[in-house]
Amino acid sequence: MSFFLNDCYDRMNQGEVIVAYKGAISADVISNTLSLIEAKLEETSEQTGVKKKLYNVLVESLQNLFHHVDAINGMGESEANFGAFVLSKQESIFRISTGNFIRSDKSKILKEKIDKINSLSKEELKDFYKFVLNNQSFSAKGGGGLGLIDIARKTGNKLDYRFYHYNTDFDFFNLNVFINEKE
Amino acid sequence: MELINIEGTPKTPTVTMNPTSGAIEIKGRSIPENSIEFYKPIVDWLEEYSQGPAAKTVVNVQLEYFNTSSSKCILDVFKKLENLKKNQKDVIINWYYEEDDEDMLEAGEDYESIIKVPFKMIQIVD
Repeated sequence: MSFFLNDCYDRMNQGEVIVAYKGAISADVISNTLSLIEAKLEETSEQTGVKKKLYNVLVESLQNLFHHVDAINGMGESEANFGAFVLSKQESIFRISTGNFIRSDKSKILKEKIDKINSLSKEELKDFYKFVLNNQSFSAKGGGGLGLIDIARKTGNKLDYRFYHYNTDFDFFNLNVFINEKE
Repeated sequence: MELINIEGTPKTPTVTMNPTSGAIEIKGRSIPENSIEFYKPIVDWLEEYSQGPAAKTVVNVQLEYFNTSSSKCILDVFKKLENLKKNQKDVIINWYYEEDDEDMLEAGEDYESIIKVPFKMIQIVD
């Protein structure tokens, strides 16, 4: 387990790292991280528009992670809800990398969803967003199925992802979101 | 009906709703992990309000941030307002956005295209 996780985590850690975390994902971890990053962003000289977009996409990425972490049975508490995220910057592009375990049977559906989002134009994404907003109901954890569509819309970039095979029941899902510093 | 006055937090907006004047305001940020709980009393209040609304209902929405979990709840709020409009009541939604926040303007336009209530997009100038 540890070797596998460290390997995945190392691949997520690229560029100039602003915040990095690996461990149990809880509502508190997400909230505290968002406050921490917001305070850090305040100190930077980025344009307000960029800061806002970045914070917005971060909220969505981290809450998505919180909503979709699949608990692996038979592990210690810290690994049961394991997830990781890294916010970094390389040249003029911010990168939000998130990682979590996902039941293998859900990997295919998720992959298809991301591929669909990546195939859509700006206008098509807008229509897709409005369709899901108006037609899909909430999940038990309060997710609305809009997170990834919203991220793709706001960043204007394709979603980069990878599934690492862990065992017969679980994959480790890594999502990379890119935000350009200048529009 | 009672006046609603919910104080804002770092994750949830300030909400005021006055049944007599018909003034409704949602202001601040709306980024709770699960927004259904937060918005339920607001949607319920509007349901009751629609039984005997003020002559004119003016809704000011001035959000700094909102997450996709909230976006569905905000749509539910607007659907209640749409019902008012259907019953020939006067309703307007003022959607505020900061000058450099195109995403917030677009979000307002998304709602405007779904909800049959007049929207007014208002740019906040510092």
